[in-house]
Amino acid sequence: MNKKLTEKLAPGHSTCAGCGIPAIARTVLGATDDPVIIVNVTGCLEVTSTLYPYSAWKVPYIHSAFENGGATAAGIDGAIKALRKRNKIPKEKRIQVVVFAGDGGTYDIGLQSLSGALERGHDFIYVCYDNEAYMNTGGQRSGATPYGADTETTPAGKQSFGKTEKRKDLMSIVIAHHIKYAAQANVAYLGDLKMKAKKAFALEGPRFLLVLQPCTNLWKYPTSEYVRIGKLATETNFWPLWEYFDGKYKINWATENPKPLEEFLKTQGRFKHLFKPGNSPQIGGASEKVIAEMQKEVEEEWKRLVNMAEV
Amino acid sequence: MTEAWKEIEEGAIIKHDIAKSPKTGDWRYMKPQVDKKTCIGCGLCFDHCPEAAIDYDSERKADIDFDVCKGCGVCATVCPQKAIKMGKN
Repeated sequence: MNKKLTEKLAPGHSTCAGCGIPAIARTVLGATDDPVIIVNVTGCLEVTSTLYPYSAWKVPYIHSAFENGGATAAGIDGAIKALRKRNKIPKEKRIQVVVFAGDGGTYDIGLQSLSGALERGHDFIYVCYDNEAYMNTGGQRSGATPYGADTETTPAGKQSFGKTEKRKDLMSIVIAHHIKYAAQANVAYLGDLKMKAKKAFALEGPRFLLVLQPCTNLWKYPTSEYVRIGKLATETNFWPLWEYFDGKYKINWATENPKPLEEFLKTQGRFKHLFKPGNSPQIGGASEKVIAEMQKEVEEEWKRLVNMAEV
Repeated sequence: MTEAWKEIEEGAIIKHDIAKSPKTGDWRYMKPQVDKKTCIGCGLCFDHCPEAAIDYDSERKADIDFDVCKGCGVCATVCPQKAIKMGKN
């Protein structure tokens, strides 16, 4: 095994073959030399890295329930401050509190405690690995699931074309808390993710990273493909890479000719029904309509982002 | 004997011990093979490997640890030289 990469998270965890979550955790944690305390909300990373009696974590780690990642981080931050006051932790020693949570624990169940911790201005980094549904329990829809996706609770068939609601715009919710740094990244671009994590570790106060994590199991594609599919998500503008720092928006990756969204959708089993002719009589049998709607949404979101960003 | 309680693990605290780790190499049904002649040692596969199973060998070429490699094939897809091929385990 690679000694340098496994300094904080060892192998032996049971993530599915071809899952990018450990790569996200390693890349983010590799961006700092400060001691870290990990808070891990219930989700894929938590169940796979802490199989009793084994723990893959070589750094202090606490598992909190689904809904209170933000609150646990806030408590740890408070404890560090109290120990500093009593001179039990030297003033110059920086300790980083890092929360890892999935999209279920961030978009839906953990949103209120995240919101509270952001608003109170605690010193922590929140990393959400977004695989766009509750993948750990078999792929139920979440607030992050895109329009048109087939999930266990929004099954595509004769009566339905999958999820009928649009995904939640979490980045705007987070930025609305007047935090200093928030960034959207992608596991297929680990260099970009590392740059963003480094920037975040250098700052104080609440910081937020939203990282796309294609799920081999329930996006339904071969195990070897997470990097290719992640790249397609960005190349089609479905998942633009951008950051927000001190009131300014910056796009990190752009192309003049984005690929059509279909190229991204075609790679995955969860959108397979959109390419079957005659499906979804509910919408007049035209899956093309759903794809056109998704394409329109992607273009509108991109335009909105470009308008906000500084050139 | 009187000190034996000290050997008991503290409640709810589990320490990392690699000896207790599950042998995830058993999962593998496809095996990546590195062609050491074409490998340029760029290290791109290191970061993308979910198990961090790949490191340099003595000649700065990719070397895979088959105790933990699950055989997903991500390394073969990201390799810019196509130096990693998936074969039967």
